[in-house]
Amino acid sequence: MLEIPAIRWGKPYESLETTDVVHFNTGEPIARVSSANGGLVSRDMRKASEARKILKQFSIEDLIAKVAHAADLFENETLPLGSGTQTADEFVVHQSASTGLPEHMCRSNMQKNCFVMRNMTEILQCLTRGLDLNILSRGYGMESRGVVVSLQAQTPVLGAVLPSNSPGVHTLWLPVVPLQMGLVLKPGSSEPWTAYRVASAFEKAGIPKEVISLYPGGHDVGGALLTSCSRSMIFGSQKTIDQYAGNPKVQVHGPGFSKIFLGDDCVDDWEKYLDVMVESVYINGGRSCINCSGIFASRHTDEIADAIAQRLGPIEALPPEHPDSGLAAFTTDGVGKAILAMVQQDLKAEGVRDATEPYGDRLVEKERCSYIRPIVAHAANPQCEIASKEFMFPFVSVVKCPQDQMIKAAGSTLVGTAITEDLDWIDQLTDATNIDRLNIGPIPTNRLNWLQPHEGNLIDFLFRSRAYQMPEEKVAALVAG
Amino acid sequence: MSTTQIDLETAVKQAKDRLDEHTYNTVQRHFHDSTGCPFWLAKKAELNFDPLTEVKVYDDLKKFPLFEDEWLRGGPVERWRMKDHADRPTYVFETGGTTGVPKSRVVVDDFRIDYEVFSETLPDQYFPKGGNWLMLGPSGPRRLRLAVEHLAQVRGGISFCIDLDPRWVVKLIKKGWMEHLEEYKKHCIDQAVTILTANHNIKCMFGTPKLIESLCLGLEERGTTLAETGITGIFSGGTEFTPQWTRYCVEELFGGPPEESGIYMTPTYGNTLMGLACSKPVTAEEKYKISYYAPQPRAVTEVVSFDDHNSVVGFGETGRVKLTTLTSEFFVPGFLERDEGEREMPFETFPWDGVSGVRPFHEIAAATTVGVY
Repeated sequence: MLEIPAIRWGKPYESLETTDVVHFNTGEPIARVSSANGGLVSRDMRKASEARKILKQFSIEDLIAKVAHAADLFENETLPLGSGTQTADEFVVHQSASTGLPEHMCRSNMQKNCFVMRNMTEILQCLTRGLDLNILSRGYGMESRGVVVSLQAQTPVLGAVLPSNSPGVHTLWLPVVPLQMGLVLKPGSSEPWTAYRVASAFEKAGIPKEVISLYPGGHDVGGALLTSCSRSMIFGSQKTIDQYAGNPKVQVHGPGFSKIFLGDDCVDDWEKYLDVMVESVYINGGRSCINCSGIFASRHTDEIADAIAQRLGPIEALPPEHPDSGLAAFTTDGVGKAILAMVQQDLKAEGVRDATEPYGDRLVEKERCSYIRPIVAHAANPQCEIASKEFMFPFVSVVKCPQDQMIKAAGSTLVGTAITEDLDWIDQLTDATNIDRLNIGPIPTNRLNWLQPHEGNLIDFLFRSRAYQMPEEKVAALVAG
Repeated sequence: MSTTQIDLETAVKQAKDRLDEHTYNTVQRHFHDSTGCPFWLAKKAELNFDPLTEVKVYDDLKKFPLFEDEWLRGGPVERWRMKDHADRPTYVFETGGTTGVPKSRVVVDDFRIDYEVFSETLPDQYFPKGGNWLMLGPSGPRRLRLAVEHLAQVRGGISFCIDLDPRWVVKLIKKGWMEHLEEYKKHCIDQAVTILTANHNIKCMFGTPKLIESLCLGLEERGTTLAETGITGIFSGGTEFTPQWTRYCVEELFGGPPEESGIYMTPTYGNTLMGLACSKPVTAEEKYKISYYAPQPRAVTEVVSFDDHNSVVGFGETGRVKLTTLTSEFFVPGFLERDEGEREMPFETFPWDGVSGVRPFHEIAAATTVGVY
């Protein structure tokens, strides 16, 4: 069994407390992971400024090249992991075994991470909207329009409390090292794999190991990380979002409540968009914040719900190594049953119909895990509780709602796909502050273009734009230099 | 069989005999009409046996139903006062109470005796007689503040105290007001640093694990260390006092084991219902394992089966911690603590069962907030 230590600025630390990462289906231990304690994190963070000092010895371009090299290593090579090593295939098997996500989805997430690592120049261009990256490094510089600008780094490191059950979120923190900031990560208890493998690939690609710390552990570790890092991100539930709302040091990623809006001008052709709707709900086992949990239309909603149910309802729980496996397992005892009970409670409400009812029982209980097969609900109006719910399996409410009420009724929406050509309504959607990413046209909610600035823009979070005045001769020297 | 083993067996036997005798005397006192408190005298009528004639040894306490700490909630508090203590100055100490009615324990002398017994276990080298103390922990209705002060006094010192309200801390956590929590912690630490750097000859301290950690970090921020303030002896307690936490403290906050850093820390285990269970010395060689031993015969801790609370588990096996308190003013015949742990062997210093690896009982752990201050 692999013994995985905590990593304190590149140095392994074997704790007296460990947690076993086990195979969700067999219960067999895969790795024994050292648990840090909060105090270690607080204490280590006193040296956080060293990470930026070390990274500033490299140019951003150099770091981008190293990260691109790391992508190849991450994707293909056998890399050191704790007391042993891990091949790329083992990574996929390990991640699937501990998170319950089918192997092909793990591989797809792996490729997504590699895409971001390989295309870092373009991604940083998009995040900075074309800024000369040396300005981020130096703190000031000349913009292309001939004005001195300053972006001041707000932290030497980014902290992140990573989730256990969503291996797809790592792309959000991958651009940090090229921005010359260190990484302080608390890996999820069931998903230590990505953080450790990225750290290993970075080191082998020539990025100093002293700029990364990995602290597996309990809640006290997460708390200490969020308190002691000037900038950090956390992935959690709506409760977590509420807890850190308004805290400028913490960026919270939680449920997405992503939605598809069918405009009155297109809804009669809804069958043309069925593939978009099905993909948006079902892809990645329905586990992502960018999966669609609500489809809003003013008419045909019963037919839409039945058509989606016809496609998703019969889907069975398959073994994780099966290439057609589309559902992720709930690996914690009783969780699948409890979540289904919550959904069933909402399905009982007036005006709500379970369109997947004809397709058999939704709960599949195995010896050590459970699955929930897709559920498609029809809601007669947006006031039905179920219309504003999101769950960690393929779930969607098809909500009957007049077009002029849709934007307000949608509430907080991470990705909104509006299928319409109505220019007035597009203007309203564009102005809607409750919708974060907006797709106009039949684009599945899950299809993110990485060359678009995305939610919680990392540059805005890590840097502060400020006034920076210099004498004209200095400006001239700057331009010349 | 070696001489040492024979000696230990003899010591174990003697301790058992002393416990049996102490149990008999304690039960006689609590159930005799001339001395017993109203609660137990009333309870006697509900029992299907006569404690005065049918409890002769410690094992006979199994005849009692488990003690329910709910009995300690609400008044009149006088129902717990021993008849022959009616005219003695009396304290009431509380536990819990963040919401609802707290549990109360009436005390005349117990807290002083408990801490005098504990004092005997402290090494003078690190807890020097005459040295002053800092009490950095929960105050208010808890006994800890007065108890630590008494400990300092019996050792010839004076105790400085920092005020801390754990009920407010629990509320802050439940409300998610983490910034307020940090500020409150800072407020306590600032006071502690001020006292420690004001030439008061403070050598010893009590602190909760969280506050010890914060104090050390606070001192480091000010460019000094705990050792530089003159502290040489610390006693602490709580289920978050784990081997890893101890190692972190010793290796990183104190600067090494006692012989290198000059700071000795001893964990304790206890609550308002019992005295103070002491720890075997904690060393790096034993991977900072923490084993607690109750102050027998005044209190007994047993590690019992999760299914049968009258049956102790084998040595090294895991079970629920069961507490029995047998003092002249308080009687608790078998109370299931909210903790679990492993049963430990007797040894020369404490020739009776111990418990190690104490942690919140797994069935209720998720709902419990521990280590909050």
